[in-house]
Amino acid sequence: MKNSISLRSFLSASWLGWKIESNWTDPFLFATYSIIKPLASASILVLMYSIVTDQNFNNPMFAYLYLGNAFYQYVPAVLSGISWTIIDDREHYRTLKYIYIAPVNIPLYLFGRGVAKFITGSFAVLITLLAGFLFLKVPFDFQQTNWPLFFLSLILGILMLALLGLLLAGITLVTARHSYYIGDVVASGLFLFTGAIFPLEVLPVWLRPVGYALPITYWLELLRRSLVGNIAKAFPTFTSMSNFDLILVLLLTSLIAGLIAIFLFNKCNHSARERGLIDISTNY
Amino acid sequence: MSLVEPILEKHSGLKLFLMTVFGRSYPRVVGMQRERSWIFFDIFVPLLSVSAYVFVYRAIGAPEDYVGFVVVGGAMTAFWMNILWSMSSQLYWEKEQGNLALYIISPASMMAILLGMAFGGLFATLLRAIAIMIFGSLLFNVSYFVVSFWQLIAIFSLSMIALYGLGMMSASIFLLLSREAWHFSNLATEPVYLISGMYFPVKNLGFWGSAFGSLIPLTLGLDAMRQLIFKSGISLGFLSVKIEIVSLIVLSIVYVIAAKFLLAHIEKLAVREGRLTENRR
Repeated sequence: MKNSISLRSFLSASWLGWKIESNWTDPFLFATYSIIKPLASASILVLMYSIVTDQNFNNPMFAYLYLGNAFYQYVPAVLSGISWTIIDDREHYRTLKYIYIAPVNIPLYLFGRGVAKFITGSFAVLITLLAGFLFLKVPFDFQQTNWPLFFLSLILGILMLALLGLLLAGITLVTARHSYYIGDVVASGLFLFTGAIFPLEVLPVWLRPVGYALPITYWLELLRRSLVGNIAKAFPTFTSMSNFDLILVLLLTSLIAGLIAIFLFNKCNHSARERGLIDISTNY
Repeated sequence: MSLVEPILEKHSGLKLFLMTVFGRSYPRVVGMQRERSWIFFDIFVPLLSVSAYVFVYRAIGAPEDYVGFVVVGGAMTAFWMNILWSMSSQLYWEKEQGNLALYIISPASMMAILLGMAFGGLFATLLRAIAIMIFGSLLFNVSYFVVSFWQLIAIFSLSMIALYGLGMMSASIFLLLSREAWHFSNLATEPVYLISGMYFPVKNLGFWGSAFGSLIPLTLGLDAMRQLIFKSGISLGFLSVKIEIVSLIVLSIVYVIAAKFLLAHIEKLAVREGRLTENRR
């Protein structure tokens, strides 16, 4: 019975999230909106790179930053998709209190609401990758790609991001609505530490441990290795680690991050109920 | 005893305008005092984001002035975000909450309400911009070479007038929009960073690309500021500083006047079509 409630919470929330995310306009406009933002974001980096290197797109550094940035789009998408649900339901639709009194598994409901953003995020990642492969000489060989490693890493990474999203949802429960998406802001901050667009060696020595402690760092490295193994090996950060080692570290860091996320969510959830914040409106 | 105090003096004109600006900025200032998590998320974290772009330039061996370009561009993003999220799309939020109709019913000017929103959020915006400038400059050893202090002040002031004029113009559109407004704001972040050259000299977009980007006052403001404070700025500038000052004066006049007329016109249109209380949830 408990399982069916959990599954129903997740599936209903996924459907609801998709409707909210997509039914404000026609499919064509929705698709256009979904790809302009990520393509613009990638174009900023491409321009920065091409200005300085005189369009030397064959350098492994370009493939490194392009692929890292492309997959990093999952981070704000999943983090915001899950955490923004709190603000959306609490202050916009004002339904959070009804969700709380319904037979719903709240964390799974939040995960479900994040699915829509994950789908649009996947679309954006795909478009960005295709643009890189077709127009910017980002190397890609379908037959040489390690597909099992790619899909395993992708699934583990999305689960890890969902747990981090839950952590932010917990924080959102006890904070006001400000003018920003907490998921987007945190993702833009973590951009610095995860080696998404430059190898960790570029960071000052005292900042690198932050990157090594984050599961996103290992996740991005695994995705790069699965798609363009030779490019990933050109950078010394993880050359001493095999794919298996990286998966183990990703699992371990994700597990730790997940435990922290669940603990903090429960704590914030309790605090929000205790302080009467579940139906608060903080429009200022 | 009456619950409502009688209004002994009717306010109108400039006094009403200023009172409205104060009245709308007050809750925002107080709200920010009550719950201060924004200090971490709105000031500290964006500093990390700007640093990421600095390290990209370091990773690909860019000249040091480019690091300064990123720091200045990163600081200026704060003003765009203020317009986008604290002014324009806030109107959509007010509509959903039911406050928009109350604004229209009152004798207050919409321009004053929008300015109040902007001023209320300006403390956070300035703090974010200053923090990025100071910490960015110190952390990355950015060296400045100011050519003309007065031109710099003029450029910054004109950019702000034109930018907030543009913000009010776009806010008027939000009177008509419903859920599209939120997506529109989302769309105006990274693409605007791209066409306004937030992290690189806008000249690299080519003449027509830069000219199109110049419709957003930040583009010309940023380009002129970079020319005035960095040694290599002039060689990487899009137009001469004097032309950019004149262009910004024109943009300021056009946008502020257009904002006034657009707000009045679209308010009427929204009233006629019954869109002010519309709630397409």
